[in-house]
Parts: sequence; C-alpha cells; structure tokens
Amino acid sequence: MDDFDDSARLLEQVNQALQYPTPLRIQGGNSKAFLGREVAGEVLDTRSHRGVVSYDPTELVITVRCGTPLSELADVLDAAQQMLPCEPPAFGDQATVGGMIASGLSGPRRPWSGSVRDFVLGTRIITGHGKHLRFGGEVMKNVAGYDMSRLMAGSFGCLGLITEVSLKVLPKPRQCSSISLDMDSDRALLRLAEWAQQPLPISAACHDGQRLHLRLEGGEGSVTAAHDRLGGELLDPTYWADLNEQRLDFFNADQPLWRLSVPNNTPRLSLPGAQLIDWGGAQRWLKTDADAGFIRSIVEEVGGHAICYTSGLTESPFHPLPTALLRYHHSLKQQLDPQGIFNPGRLYAEL
Amino acid sequence: MNILYDERVDGVLPDVDKTGLLLALHTQWPDLEVLQHQEELKPYECDGLSAYRTTPMLVVLPRTLAQVQGVLRVCHERQVPVVARGAGTGLSGGALPLEKGVLLVMARFNNILHIDPAARSARVQPGVRNLAISQAAAPFGLYYAPDPSSQIACSIGGNVAENAGGVHCLKYGLTVHNLLQVDILTVEGEPLTLGSQALDSPGFDLLALFTGSEGMLGVITEVTVKLLPKPQTARVLLAAFDSVEKAGRAVGDIIAAGIIPGGLEMMDNLAIRAAEDFIHAGYPVDAEAILLCELDGVEADVHDDCDRVREVLRLAGATEVRQAKDEAERVRFWAGRKNAFPAVGRLSPDYYCMDGTIPRRELPGVLKAIAALSTEYELRVANVFHAGDGNMHPLILFDANQPGELDRAEALGGKILELCVKVGGSITGEHGVGREKINQMCAQFNSDELTLFHGIKAAFDPSGLLNPGKNIPTLHRCAEFGAMHVHMGQLPFPELERF
Repeated sequence: MDDFDDSARLLEQVNQALQYPTPLRIQGGNSKAFLGREVAGEVLDTRSHRGVVSYDPTELVITVRCGTPLSELADVLDAAQQMLPCEPPAFGDQATVGGMIASGLSGPRRPWSGSVRDFVLGTRIITGHGKHLRFGGEVMKNVAGYDMSRLMAGSFGCLGLITEVSLKVLPKPRQCSSISLDMDSDRALLRLAEWAQQPLPISAACHDGQRLHLRLEGGEGSVTAAHDRLGGELLDPTYWADLNEQRLDFFNADQPLWRLSVPNNTPRLSLPGAQLIDWGGAQRWLKTDADAGFIRSIVEEVGGHAICYTSGLTESPFHPLPTALLRYHHSLKQQLDPQGIFNPGRLYAEL
Repeated sequence: MNILYDERVDGVLPDVDKTGLLLALHTQWPDLEVLQHQEELKPYECDGLSAYRTTPMLVVLPRTLAQVQGVLRVCHERQVPVVARGAGTGLSGGALPLEKGVLLVMARFNNILHIDPAARSARVQPGVRNLAISQAAAPFGLYYAPDPSSQIACSIGGNVAENAGGVHCLKYGLTVHNLLQVDILTVEGEPLTLGSQALDSPGFDLLALFTGSEGMLGVITEVTVKLLPKPQTARVLLAAFDSVEKAGRAVGDIIAAGIIPGGLEMMDNLAIRAAEDFIHAGYPVDAEAILLCELDGVEADVHDDCDRVREVLRLAGATEVRQAKDEAERVRFWAGRKNAFPAVGRLSPDYYCMDGTIPRRELPGVLKAIAALSTEYELRVANVFHAGDGNMHPLILFDANQPGELDRAEALGGKILELCVKVGGSITGEHGVGREKINQMCAQFNSDELTLFHGIKAAFDPSGLLNPGKNIPTLHRCAEFGAMHVHMGQLPFPELERF
C-alpha cells in the first residue's frame, strides 16, 4: 500500500458516528485486541491513513500517520541508523503506529530509555467534537498548553482518534553485547539494584527464573569494560526480541498471563505460578491460575498494579482505579468525548 | 493590551468578602500564617518575571498539608481564586498573583522525605530546591538530571508545574521524563496520587497531563523523582565559527554522526563578548558564534566521542576547537554560558529573555529574521541557544526608563515568538506560558484547540478558581489580540462578538 492521507475519511466517519451517536471501535492491525475489555461498536479502520509525513534524521524527529505499520517505521529508522529506543512490542506483523501510541506498551529498554509516552512530541487528534486538531509539535521542548500528546499515549483510544504522531528518535548504539549469568532471582534483584547506582551501560535486564540476562549498549570502550567486569556467557541477542514479543517458552504455558508493574527494588513476589522478571525488576510477568483479587492485593501492597494479558478472564483486565481518580477520569472523558463514541469501555466499564 | 489580569477579556472574577475569608481561615486554623498588610504583601507581588506586578489580596503560608487542604476547601466554598507559588523564580509570570485572589505559598514544604538509592528515587515536598535533591543524592553517587539555570533557588513543585528544562534535556529529558509520582490536592482539597512508585500506573497518564499544567489543575503536595547514577566523566569542547550558519550546521553534523552530547550550547557574537567581559572564560571574542559541546558518560566512550566530535567540528569549518584541559577549565567554559544572562544584563539596564523553540534546521533563517527585527525595533538582541534541542533564548536589550522601550521590547519579543510558531516551533520551550505569553498562545493554537484546553481545565476545576488567567487564553482575549493583527483583511475568530 502507498502513503496516503485519508484523514478526511476518518473525520467523516467520526462525524457520522457523532450524529447518531454510534460507538466506534478504533482498529489498526488489531494486534493488541486481546488487551483490555471488549468494545462493541462500528470498526474504524485506521490502516488507509498511512505513511511517513516527515523525517529528518539530524533533527531526531519523525512524523508518521497512525495507520503506518510499525515494521515500516522500524525500517525507515533503521536505514538512517536510528531507532525508537522504547522498543514497542508489535505482537504480530500487523501492528500500526497508532496502536503503539494508544496502547503505550514499551519493551526491555524502557527503564533506561523511557516509555513510548516519553518519545511523543506531538500528535494530531480527531476529537469527540468532530474536529481534527494539532497538539505539541516536532520540537524537543514545548510547554505551550496542556500536554495532550503524552496524555494520548496509553489511553487505548478512549479520548480520541490519534491520526498522526511526531516521535523523538535516537541514533543506534555503536556497540551491543548480551550476556547471561547464573544466579537465582533474589540475588539477581540485589545485584541489579547495586549496578543501577553505577554508570554501567545496561539497557535490558531480565531474570527467567534460572539465569540473569543482560544487554550492554554504548560505545566500544564502556561495553567491553562492562563485559569484562560482569563476566557471564554470551547470549544470542535475538533473546530480547523473543522476550518483547512474548515468544519465549515461559509465555507458552497454558495458564493466564499477568503483567505486574512494581517499584524496581521490590523483592521476589510470593505468588503461585511462574514469574519472569523484566525491566531490571520493575516489570514481572506471571503465569498463574491465581484469583485476580488475590494477585492485585499482593501487588498493591508493594505499590504496584496488575494487568491481565489473557483476554476474557476478568471483568476488569486493567487494575481498578481508586474512586476519586476514576471520577476525574470520567470527567476528562466527558469533556473530550461527551457522546462516548471512542472505544467505550475498553479501559474501564465506566469510561 | 495589558498583560495583567483583565476581567473584560480574561473573565469576570468573583468578588471576595475579604473579612469573611480571613475570619473563616482564622477560625479553622488559628496557627495559619496569613499576610494581609500592604508592606507584607509587597514581596509577593511578582515572580521571576518582575516586569509584571500585582499585589495579592492575601498571602497564606501553610506549614501542614491539612492547612493546605483547609485553605483550598474554604476558598472553594467561598469561590475565591487561588494562585499557588513555590520559590517564585518562574520567568513567565505563572505565579503572578491576583488582586481578588489568595496566593498559596508552598515554600515551607521544604523537606526531603526519603532518598531511596536502591530504587533510585527521591520523595520530596514541593518546596524542596532542585539542586538540594542532587546534593542529598550525591553521597549515593546519584543525581536528579533536569537542571534549569535557576536550580539553586527554584523548587521542585514549580519545576513540575512548568515542566522545567535545562541544558541537558536532549540526552536526559525534561521534568516530565524524570518523575515517578506526583501527589496533588484538587481545587476542592481532594487528594489524588498521579503516577506511582512503579514505572507506570493504571488509567490515563494524568502525571503527564499535570506536568507543565502551570497550577491550573491542582496543587502539588509531594513529588517522587527518578535519580540517575552520576556520569563517570564529562568533557567539554569549545568550537569557534566565523558564521552562525556554519555553527548551526555543525550541530546537525554532530547528531548525524550518531552522538548525543550531554549539553550542546551556542552563543552569538554579542553574547560571547558580554560573557567574556564578565567572566573571562577565555572565549574567542571575534568569533561570530561558538559551540560548547559537553560529552559525558564512561571514560572510554567519552574519549572516543571527543575525537569524533573534534573531527566533525573541523570538517564543519570551525576556525578553532579547544578541549577543556582540566576540570577548572571545563567549569570556566560553562561559567561563561551559565552567566550569559547577567553578562548581557551588564550591557543594558534591562533585558527581556525569550524562550521559543524551533526545528534546528530553521536556525540560520530565524537568526537572520531576528537580526532584521532587531534593526526594525532599534533594540539589540543577543542570542543564547540550547542548540541540541532547538530552544532559543534571544535576549532583548532595552532601557525601561526610556519611554516606549519596554513596549518595543515586548512587541519585538512577540514577533520573535510568532516567527518560531511559523517555522514549526513553539512559543515556549521551558519557561511556560504563564501570563507572559498568553497572547502568543492565540498564534500557536486555533480556537478549537483552545476550547479543548478549556475542557481539560473544566474536568478538574469547573469553577476556574485555580490560577485563573494563566496558560490558556480565553477566546475573547484571542479575538481582541487577533484584532490587532488583521491578516489580509481577515479577522481571526470572526464568530466571536467584540467588546
């Protein structure tokens, strides 16, 4: 498919939906449909609105339409030796840029590089008032008005339709090396906390239950020095993509999958089932048959939250919000999407 | 048009029964410090943007969160506008008081609550100074990255409210990139926690929305920031150029070489001379532009990067490239840049600092246009530039005692900001809109975009009591402002009635 500005059609479909009003289910490659609650609504397919709008590698900014395949974005950046450092997972080859922003999911480099939201500089949005508006821009620093662009990241399409996004990108590191060390998870968590206080070029850290896997990225000197210091065996770097795309054996087990987001120095969590520690300790994957309420109470105790990655298992896959916070989510939704046409109920039943 | 709050275009403010309010506050909190006499209020009439002053109706200086909550509740019940203030160093008038409002000073909340080296985070009260966080983290080899130039004085609550930047943003991000959690009180005094001690939290990213919201959506009561390990080493290169264009291109070349410097600053000839005169940093005073490029990280990498950058600068036509030979010289090179504002201040009784951002490739054209505007308005402009992230700080030199010069400086500043918008940039990179750039917001956003901003405000503060008149202009203000800039006979916002 060719680059095409199909925003007029998207705007028209939104305006039609506003007229009746009809709920819309915003859909790109449908690769993240398993996440969140099911939305009953007319499909709004974003894939015809696609292509790179502008990209100047020396400005470190790329502007892309929402229906652009994630793989195309990666190829364009790759050709200029640049990358989107937050490593958004694709979950299949259909994923689009719009879905990447709306879901806000980030990969193994996240604790060191920042999340998808951290790389958003500007957006164009079709609003619940049927307007196509522009927020933020193509500059690194911009504090004019409220930060609508970053608010859109991770909002699962509940606040409006993202049609275009400007992202900060960075040069690829000169050197990359992956290693694997034999140690248990308690020890791994302690070492990770220690190393994180030192200027080491770690850019991914995952413990699979038996071994600690580390990725080192930077200049030749720092990577070699860190490698010499930490030792371990060399690890095939495709490991990180397999982890990010959930292709490791761990994810194949037949039990429901949960994502636990916790403070990075949280000790091993006492929960039934198998755990995999990612993000240097800040993200834990859990394969378990345990009850949602039980998992959430344990995770809340340490100041974290839990998302169910297995579709249809619980009424609220996203961690329930405290009452007051939910009330303000509701008033925000009311203001931005007064007729409730954008992905109603995808995040929470009330939104 | 007057920059101070103007009920005619900014919206009618409720009339406040001052005696009743004082009584209500005193009955509930006999210990609460309240300033009400003219001589006590005077020091609070402006923030870092001292050209604009308004004496607040009252100043309250709470010491406990219960008091802050109480003040907000009483003010909400009685429909009294509230302006929150930290250290008062902001450069856009974000904490400019209101005659009909309470100034809520959060400076007493200056405790560092917890430094957690294992979690690399610091939990602090909003009145804690930016630099104090890094100082408290230093024994653990950690620091807080955003470093606005006012960092010895500015407080973290204000940093969050303005999404403060600094000279290291390209590599280390703005305030929004370095926060974990912000606790706030809503206009009704209801506590909310945004973000969490983990790297993300459920629901909409209200932490991002509140960062930079200029005290319009809530009052910040606690902040948890991320801490980073201090870079092992930092080296700085100084390159001189015989044209600003060449220096601008060199910046792009450094980035094209795959290098992200910790800091990358540019100064033009007027700024170089002023800084050299003041600090004796050893700057080449006959250069048209200099670049300061700081490379930080692990020793071996920094060494390699310095070699690479030196070569890039040579190829880009630098007339001279110097590397600071020791820490003392590195500090001296930076001292010139960090003191550029006061240095320029010595050339002129007053100066006005702008804060526009542009895509870097537009730099040569924008600098030429600024030079033309400078001639047109008969005011000198010195240019200091966070070149790495496209954030310009043109300094307009004027003398407020000369009739008409302040007006000319403001008009010239407005033109520069509109120029930034025209080339795809923004009217403010890090200082905020506050009151200062309220009119230029009308150039950056159309009426539908501004209406959406008003919707966001209404979601959190439907009665509009928090910091009224800041950050987002009313459509009436834009209509009136636009009326002064009729373009091709087309009046902007024709649908609005004119007063």
